Amino acid sequence: MKMEQSVCEPVCTVLREYACEQNILSKPDGSASFKQGDTSVLAGVYGPAEVKVNKEIYDRATLEVVIQPKVGMQSVRERAREQCVRETCEAALLSTLHPRSSLTLVLQVVHDDGSLLSCCLNAACMALMDAGLPMSRLFCGVTCAIDAESQIITDPTAQQEKECRALMTFAIDAKDRNVMMSSTRGSFSVEEE
Amino acid sequence: MAAGFKTAEPLEYHRSFLKENCRPDGRELGEFRLTTLNIGSINTADGSALVKIGNTTVICGIKAELAAPSTDAPDKGYIVPNVDLPPLCSSRFRPGPPGEQAQAASQFIADVIDGSKIIKKEELCIEKSKLCWVLYCDIICLDYDGNLLDACVITLLAALKNIQLPTVTINKETDLADVDIQHKRHLHINKQPVASTFAVFDDTVIIVDPTAEEESLASSLITAVTDEDDQICAFHKPGGTPLSAEKLQDCITRAVMRHREIDRLIDKVIESTKPSK
Repeated sequence: MKMEQSVCEPVCTVLREYACEQNILSKPDGSASFKQGDTSVLAGVYGPAEVKVNKEIYDRATLEVVIQPKVGMQSVRERAREQCVRETCEAALLSTLHPRSSLTLVLQVVHDDGSLLSCCLNAACMALMDAGLPMSRLFCGVTCAIDAESQIITDPTAQQEKECRALMTFAIDAKDRNVMMSSTRGSFSVEEE
Repeated sequence: MAAGFKTAEPLEYHRSFLKENCRPDGRELGEFRLTTLNIGSINTADGSALVKIGNTTVICGIKAELAAPSTDAPDKGYIVPNVDLPPLCSSRFRPGPPGEQAQAASQFIADVIDGSKIIKKEELCIEKSKLCWVLYCDIICLDYDGNLLDACVITLLAALKNIQLPTVTINKETDLADVDIQHKRHLHINKQPVASTFAVFDDTVIIVDPTAEEESLASSLITAVTDEDDQICAFHKPGGTPLSAEKLQDCITRAVMRHREIDRLIDKVIESTKPSK
């Protein structure tokens, strides 16, 4: 899977070796494990199930995303990631087919070696498919880093992420290749984007 | 009669305005609400600013404290932002620990501070490995009417321009810090990031500066933060419907224009507070 670059000449368009396995856990309705190089995320989906009255939405399903870091408790960083993953999944799912129901997506970080948010997005998409939930579009996550020499590196490792001057994660829709979600850190010029 | 239609079918109500290229409050699609800024209103804080974008009111207070720098960055100080959405600002926020929106906003502001290098953390260091400043930036929303992130970034920037830190010297004999309140200095601001938020309706229409109702009906929200060199410090689109590259480019162009307006506003307010000091 190679990415098309438009302006800057990238040093490396090749992504790290990636692997995916579905239906690995017995209890969740859908589960998937997604590995990008050494970064590995395990996802489990429960739903459609009963929803708490204070959380129910009358015409659509309520999606809840939980990201558990490898070590420690959930922090503000995980909450920001949960918001990104949740809104992307809500746009992809046909939630109006399951009103007054809850869908729970749990992502467990098994190892973080860079590109964590995109690995979470990919694992989430595979798990939602494995659960058989109706989706209007499929999406994939990809992370790019711009290093000090203004070279674009796709799918950076943790070391490359630390040294780069800008880090961007995008969720791209499979059909029209449009951007569904974007989360960036660091400054970059308009052309680089 | 219009009020009945608005309550029963809010999306159709807004669509009927968008078809005529305007919005229920009379604005154009690309028009921001009136932005007002007040600096230095909190005397007990070292720096403060209050911004109002339409009805959305956000206040930022910065307190500076002394601390030891961390071992892996001995020549850098800390800036700790915290965004609080109390139940006062809107009925959608309940009392208790910060909800997801507040935490995501705090993380966003922390990323903007790091990414745009608004101030050099080395400037906050007093003595390497011994003493540094910690700036606790508390951003509190007093009235939530949409477009929270724009207001937070403007108020943070204005408060950082307003803050005055006393000079600190380390007494060689006692090894204790000597704080001189009489001599204060401003911080050197490297970059001035300004945020612009857009809401997307029905995957096609993009409007600028959404109110709270428009935000709840939009299919996607985009926040673009630009600095004065037209570099993008953050491009935040937390999910939602897919958008093509041209539409994203339009958003960035509009954000650059907005940056100039806000720059002029902040400079004007800072100038006006100078003679009274």
